[in-house]
This record gives sequence, C-alpha cells and structure tokens, in this order.
Amino acid sequence: MLVDFFTYDFLRYTFFTGMLIGIIAPLLGTFIVVRRLSLIADALSHVTLAGIAFGLMMEKLFLIPIPALYSGMAFSVFGSVLIEKLRSVYNAYQEIAIPIILSGGVGLSVIFIAVADGFNTDLFNYLFGSVSAVSQNDFFMILTISIFVILVVAFFYKELFTLSFDEEHATISGIHAKSIHLLFIVLTALVIAASIRIVGVLLVSALMTLPVAAAMRLAKGFKQMMYLSILFGEISVIVGIISGYYLNIPPGGTIVMVSIFILLLSIGMKKFNFRLKKVRETG
Amino acid sequence: MMESVVSLKNVSYSYEKKPVLTSIDFEIPRGSFMGLVGPNGGGKTTLIKLMLGLLKPDEGSIELFGRPLEYVKDRSKIGFVSQKANTFNKGFPATVFEVVSTGLTAKIGYFKFMNKQHKAKILKAIEQVGMSEYAHQNIGNLSGGQQQRIFIARALVNDPELIILDEPTVGVDYENVKRFYELLHRLHDKNNITLLLVTHDTGTMTEHATDIVCLNKTLHFHGKPNEYTSLSEKDLSRIYGHPVNIVVHNH
Repeated sequence: MLVDFFTYDFLRYTFFTGMLIGIIAPLLGTFIVVRRLSLIADALSHVTLAGIAFGLMMEKLFLIPIPALYSGMAFSVFGSVLIEKLRSVYNAYQEIAIPIILSGGVGLSVIFIAVADGFNTDLFNYLFGSVSAVSQNDFFMILTISIFVILVVAFFYKELFTLSFDEEHATISGIHAKSIHLLFIVLTALVIAASIRIVGVLLVSALMTLPVAAAMRLAKGFKQMMYLSILFGEISVIVGIISGYYLNIPPGGTIVMVSIFILLLSIGMKKFNFRLKKVRETG
Repeated sequence: MMESVVSLKNVSYSYEKKPVLTSIDFEIPRGSFMGLVGPNGGGKTTLIKLMLGLLKPDEGSIELFGRPLEYVKDRSKIGFVSQKANTFNKGFPATVFEVVSTGLTAKIGYFKFMNKQHKAKILKAIEQVGMSEYAHQNIGNLSGGQQQRIFIARALVNDPELIILDEPTVGVDYENVKRFYELLHRLHDKNNITLLLVTHDTGTMTEHATDIVCLNKTLHFHGKPNEYTSLSEKDLSRIYGHPVNIVVHNH
C-alpha cells in the first residue's frame, strides 16, 4: 500500500517534508500553547497566505517568478515582527495584535488575488494542503529551516522555558526577554511558512496546538510534554498524508482529524486512569 | 561598622510626577532578617523594584554588596520571591525540578547547557526546602504552601546572599505560614542568608525579624522589633495615616 510513496519522487518529498513539520510544528507549539498564544499561529498563517498570493500575482502580472514558499516566508516573518511590535504597543491587551494581523493578512490576500484576476494554480491547495505540492527545492528549503529551528530551540531551550514559566522572574534574573521573544516568533513564522504546503493555511495552527493539547493531558513535566507532542505530531502527519493520498482528500483535513482522534484518546485515557485509581483506592 | 548587603542613600522616586518615595536612607546589614512593613501604596514594592534594578531612582544612589547597583552585572546573589508566586498559572505543565532549574538559567548563560553540577545544585535546593520527594511531580499538583517552598528553592539554587520576599504568605493558611517562617529561620541561621521580607502581617513579623523598617513614602521607623511594638498608637496612626493595632499572635 505504501509502495507509491517510494516510487514517485513527489510523494517521497511530501512524505519526508511531512515528517519534518511533524517535528518542528509541535516543538514550537509547546511553547506557543503554554504562553497562551495559540491564535498567533492562525494570524501568521493568514499573513503567509498574503505572501503566497503576492508571489503568484507577481508571476502572473509581471512574469517575475517568486517561489510561493519564499514570498510566504518573507510575509510571515514580517508579520511576526509586526505582531511583537503591536504586543508592546498594546501592552495591557496584547491579544489585540492577533485580529489586526489576521485580518490584515486576509485583506491583502484578497487584494492580490483580485489584482491578478484569479490564479491558474488551485488556491484550494494552499488553503487545505496538498500531497503533490512539494518540489525538490521546497524539500531542501524546509529541511534547512527544520535544522535551523531545532538547533535554535536546543540552544535556547532553557531561556524559552524560563520565559514561558515566569517572565517577570526571567527578566529580573537578567534574561533579555524582548530578543528571545522576537527570535521565537520569527522561528514560528518560518515553521508556519514551511508547513503550509502540506497542511494548508487554515489548518496549520492545528498541527502546532492539537498534539500539544493531547500531550498536556498525559505528560509529567514540560520536556516530557514536548517529546510526546512531537510523537503525536508525527503520527498525525504520517497517517494523515497516507490516508489523504489514498482517499483523495487534502492532507490538511486528514492530519487534523487524526490529531483530534489522538486528543480524544488522551482525554479518555486520563479519565480511565483516574477511574482505575479510584477503584484501586476504594477497592 | 557592620557590612551591608544593600544600601540606599537619599533615594527618591516618583511615578508620573507623584512622589512614591522621598529621601530614603537605609541599609540592610549582612546577616539580618529585616521586615519591611507599611501601608498599601506606601512604596514597599517600588522600593524592592529599585533594589532589583527594575526601576531607576530619580535621585540618590543604591549600592549592592558595596558596589553601585548599575555595575553589579551578576544579579544571582539576590534571590527574589514575588507575590506572583501565589498567582502563577497552576496548570503549567512543569515538574518541581524544572521550575527550580529556571533559577539557574541566567547564571548558566546563553548557548550553554545544564550539566551534572547544575542538576546536583537543583536537587540540593529542593532538599533545603524539604521537598525532595516531590522533585518530579508537576508543580500544579502541590498545595499553595508547598508551591511557595518551591519558589524559595528557585531563589536558593543560586546560593544567594540576600533573598527578598514580597508578601509571600498572602493566601497561605496559618499552619503553613508557621512552617514557612521556620524554613526562613533555618535559611537565615544555618545558611547565613540575609532576608528582606515585605509583609502586611506586622504581628507575625515582629516575632521573627531582627530588624523592622516601616515605610510610607519616607522611612518612618528603623529599629528592633521590641521598639516597634512599643511604639504608641499615636505614632503608628501617624505613620499609617489611620488608626492601627498590632495584632501579636500568641498561638
């Protein structure tokens, strides 16, 4: 059944890219969730859509070929810096940055699409992901991003964790909160741009948050939660891509449904464990 | 003259042109257990923020361990336990070990990893507050009093010379407050750590502290606990701006 994935190059690239984003999306997702920033991923994915639309428009109107991955990434990183800026402007209402950036992203996308008078490329692929959208170039770019993201998180793990747990204490002890926040949100932007090809604009935030939500129910401690999130992310992506391909469904949909299934299992398991414990204690 | 860990000379600070602190002169002698009391809005938290370098005084100078504050780059000699310790996100998925490890982050420094010595230090700090058996439990599963001990351990992990505690016993029940003070005494006596404790509970404070400082915009009292308790009601009312009774707990 899996033979197609080893026969066709495009499927192989999709598969390996999926495995990469199955690591990096939940990896950053862990920090995003505990910092209560789950919606930031949504805002950034919509800005990425604007970037993709911009690239497609430039190609159609001026015949300047800008790969969608790159224009999406540029917009996403720019959007992330803007979010961080807005969060400091509205210090008491930091979440207001999210609807501003999200609507800005959608607004720009609509304008670019209208100016280009529609695209030949199926926009549907960008919204819900596709198993056939990853080129060899894309794969190597996403591989580079993944290695970069994993290294930065490894080197800044203790600072990221300390800031997520108690920002005030971290600042007092001399950690440069602002620079670390900026670094983190730029990483998030890169991961979102890298993931969009496979999970799509509308569902990319799910891959960053659902595995974490499931892991949170079961894990002891932060590190364990991180590893468990990555495991759940990987299962979701692999099962999602393969079933999406054979069922002819965009992988964004199948990946998210597998994640939700894992989430429900983890909630059920916790309840089951709890009952078991009670039975043991009373019986 | 006894060496002081913190000394403030003629320090003033205003918030949006409203004076919060005026001409504060005061020292924390090494080895003391100092209680900082005073009414709400009297500038206690502001004073702590100035000592921690989070705010800059409009006038005057602050010295830490005999050196001007702005030249003291290594802040690990001061441990800080904030009010926030009572209000942090209880569901945060971190073990006691992980929480205490955050105290070392800045000291270890960027681009460096935690090694065996660091881990031993963390376990030792957890042991000092008597929480070893909970080291790998999620912090959210502990009681308020136990969580408070973990935040002390986070401060202890750097071998601080001074620990500043801002209203640490708010919302902690009487039995745990008692154990909390026992812990503070042990740290003070055995580990020779200087303590500055900000509190509303002047009664409990006078039983434990070696020195008391009373702050309401300016310094109103600096002396021994027995001198503080012998202040007349009239003096206290003048300091607090309203009638005050000290409730001495005789449990």
